[in-house]
Amino acid sequence: MRVRADRDRCCGSGNCVMTAPELFDQDDAEGLVLVREPEAPPALHDRARQAAELCPAAAIQLDAD
Amino acid sequence: MSGTTATQPTPADLPLFPFPEPVAHPLDPPAYRDLLSGEAPITRVALPTGGWAWLVTRLAEVREVLRHPAFSADIAKPGFPLLRPLPRPRDRDRAGLFIRMDPPEHGRYRRMLTPEFMIKSIRRLEPLIQQTVDRFLDDMVAAGPPADLVDAYALPVPSLVICHLLGVPYEDHCFFQSRSRVLLNSSVSVEEAQGAADELRDYLSRLVTAKQRDGGDDLLARLVAGRLRGGALTHDEAVGMAVLLLVAGHETTANMIGLSTLVLLRHPDQYAALRDDPGRAPALVEELLRYLTIVRTGLPRLALADVEIGGTRIRAGEGVIALLSVANRDEGAFADADRFDVDRGAHQHVAFGFGVHQCIGQPLARAELRIALVALAERLPALRLAIPDDEVPLRRDSFIYGLQRLPVTW
Repeated sequence: MRVRADRDRCCGSGNCVMTAPELFDQDDAEGLVLVREPEAPPALHDRARQAAELCPAAAIQLDAD
Repeated sequence: MSGTTATQPTPADLPLFPFPEPVAHPLDPPAYRDLLSGEAPITRVALPTGGWAWLVTRLAEVREVLRHPAFSADIAKPGFPLLRPLPRPRDRDRAGLFIRMDPPEHGRYRRMLTPEFMIKSIRRLEPLIQQTVDRFLDDMVAAGPPADLVDAYALPVPSLVICHLLGVPYEDHCFFQSRSRVLLNSSVSVEEAQGAADELRDYLSRLVTAKQRDGGDDLLARLVAGRLRGGALTHDEAVGMAVLLLVAGHETTANMIGLSTLVLLRHPDQYAALRDDPGRAPALVEELLRYLTIVRTGLPRLALADVEIGGTRIRAGEGVIALLSVANRDEGAFADADRFDVDRGAHQHVAFGFGVHQCIGQPLARAELRIALVALAERLPALRLAIPDDEVPLRRDSFIYGLQRLPVTW
């Protein structure tokens, strides 16, 4: 599963980091989303989907392999 | 079903919003199931300021409205659904209040604050939150029992933490707490609310000036040094942002700590489980947020374009209220939604709103709730109400739901 995040849309709510810290982080300067792991391993697919669902700004995109 | 205009009732026939708070079960949202027409996910209500608005009550549609770019949060726009009349418009009242702005203007202000509230930044604040919680618990235990948990714990903890974060002197807490209460009180006149807002602005204006002069290691000092000095922000804008953060930063969490404690006293098994396993706290906090949803009057928006929501055509210029508290009791999203169930996995709740305006302070609120409730359970395992449960006084006249007092003993 490919994980992408749109920093222009991101509003820094931090839901993705709370839900899947292995996949997402926030940068120190702006506090906006960073993708740590652009290829989510199968064990993290559920939480990747949950992070995308919870993102209030619809900034996270997932593409199935 | 977009052709509903011909049969729409006049506002006089519509139920008046906000609905009366339930007397028998004050922790449940108002008796919306009786008042709303049937099972429609979107229905019309009359507004106290005249006119009407669409009321959106299901989780899916609430999320859709709040994330949709066609809905504006700008209360100054004609037709915006208001629960109380707007005071006469003055530019300085609007400056920096990005909660009332739409993209892209909104994002310019919000992004000045996102690094302050990101998960990592709040994690660095956790030792301070723990110290604060311990300090007020020490004081409460030394002075009691009994105690008013709202006055001794629920209110001072988030007040002191937001003061520390912003760089506001905590010794002024009586002043800003009382003005915040007036500002959020739904029964005061427009003039009174305006007066309280003016006093808060004047106070924080002096503080911003002091930060410009003296600097400091706090959020407001960083905002002044990083943005105001460089011309990215005006003085009035910095003041507006400070008002927003100070009011939102203590009132909301304070009410959540008080109400959460009441819920835990009604579910002693959960209180004991929290003490035995503090690892349950994050799930507990999410369920408390869902179950209590203290923003009871919902989030108002104005449609800027025609949009179809839940099968209903909403036209440009019409108002919409996204009713968070009812969406968080949506049976379609949360099975047996009126039941308090820590293990349900409540993460998709909308207690912090949704869309780009979703609460910027949510990591702070979650950390404060978690630390405050765990400390309470560990320190006072025998905590119980000091008055009959049905006599606990609620704050029914506030835009933020909460308790007036919570008399406890241990």
